[in-house]
Amino acid sequence: MKVHVDMNLCQSHGECVLIAPDVFDLGDDDVLVWKEEVPDDRRADMEAAVNACPMTAISIEG
Amino acid sequence: MDRLVVVGASLAGLRAAQAARAAGFDGELVVIGDEKHPPYTRPPLSKELIKGAHTPEQCAFPQRALEVTWRLGVAATGVDRAAKLIRLADGDTVSYDRLILATGSRARPWPGPQAHLTGVHTLRSLDDAVAFKAALTAGAARLVIIGAGFIGCEVAASARSLGLEVTVVDIAPHPMLPLGSELGERCARVHLDHGVDLRCSTGIAAIRGSDRVQAVELTDGSTVDTDVVLVALGALPNTEWLAGSGLSIDPGVLCDATLTTVDDPDILAAGDIASWPHPLADHNRVRIEHWTTAAEHGQLAGRNAVLAHGERASHELPPYFWSDQYDVKIQAVGFSTLADRLEILESSPQGDRLVAVGSRDGRLVCAVAFNAAKRLAWYRRHLTSAPPELEQIKQLVSTDPGALGAPVGAAG
Repeated sequence: MKVHVDMNLCQSHGECVLIAPDVFDLGDDDVLVWKEEVPDDRRADMEAAVNACPMTAISIEG
Repeated sequence: MDRLVVVGASLAGLRAAQAARAAGFDGELVVIGDEKHPPYTRPPLSKELIKGAHTPEQCAFPQRALEVTWRLGVAATGVDRAAKLIRLADGDTVSYDRLILATGSRARPWPGPQAHLTGVHTLRSLDDAVAFKAALTAGAARLVIIGAGFIGCEVAASARSLGLEVTVVDIAPHPMLPLGSELGERCARVHLDHGVDLRCSTGIAAIRGSDRVQAVELTDGSTVDTDVVLVALGALPNTEWLAGSGLSIDPGVLCDATLTTVDDPDILAAGDIASWPHPLADHNRVRIEHWTTAAEHGQLAGRNAVLAHGERASHELPPYFWSDQYDVKIQAVGFSTLADRLEILESSPQGDRLVAVGSRDGRLVCAVAFNAAKRLAWYRRHLTSAPPELEQIKQLVSTDPGALGAPVGAAG
């Protein structure tokens, strides 16, 4: 599955980082970095990240 | 269980419905909401929507296919627990097997007839925000904001970016009262630097105007002429409709740690109206009005509602909130109001980024960051239901290469 983050919306709240630190991280400049391709067995975590994002910046595809 | 009913169609209600489905509930799911809009997110209302960066449509929550019967635009007016049904304002009734209460809050209104003058607004719902934005952009030049809390401060920043003259009045000695005096004074300086006329330790003597608002009289004897007033005095929980249900109300709905009401195992509460014992608050009941708590509560209540009472999980996450004002992102985790001491632990050399920690009896109870999101996430991971001692945190910070550095003038 593919993970998209709309960086025009992201405000670095870090909810996704708390849920899946192996997929999402904040750089030292507080800008989000993430893996765009995530194995299907992480779907529950990715859906949790979508729902936890205060800016509704995260979407998943596939 | 055949039918789960959620009363409240905002963040907590939506997340509850989604979580119940995700947990495998395949019965009938009804969500009742008094607003006509499908669920939308409120944080942009005081910022992006007012500034014109977001349309109202962009505030709607994206929803993947969710099998729900929506009853929108009709308020619930009561619960008959013996008959297990909800009464609606249009005279209809909806029966339930299990019920999640998530009716949220409303803006605390101005306590007087001047609340109804043209130009006097509150800001809570999408309709409020659209009306307030229309008032600001219909030739208004001056705005008075009553209350320097989250909404008041964020709207002050938004209105300054639109070029309005902004006066903010609060009886408290500094803005953002829960942050304490040192950080509150920093907030004050940010607003003053952006041209806000900030009147702290000052009350409102009267709102003046015959049909349309004209001025606000302050308790220091001064008068501020204005075109628009925003009343930003906090929120009240929407629990009055539960009077007569037999549920205990304080004014939140009294719940146990699993968000199950103390009076009825078939009824749970989530979000602003839930009052539940929190481990970081010595298991005293707390009621939290922040976005993230509503999301977490909805998620947990939806999952718990499909389980037997004895199988339900507790809500133990520390509360998290944020506020965006100009180019300052304030983030906080934990219970700042419980702290007996608040000190700045990390700061950038310029002082524009910092982290302060609050402690009670030597244990961490909160962390507050200004423009330090990655650091705040670090503290959030450490603020568990068994919080560390402050000295332990200081030790970890002193050896953490990611820390911002010691504040200027700090010992050691």
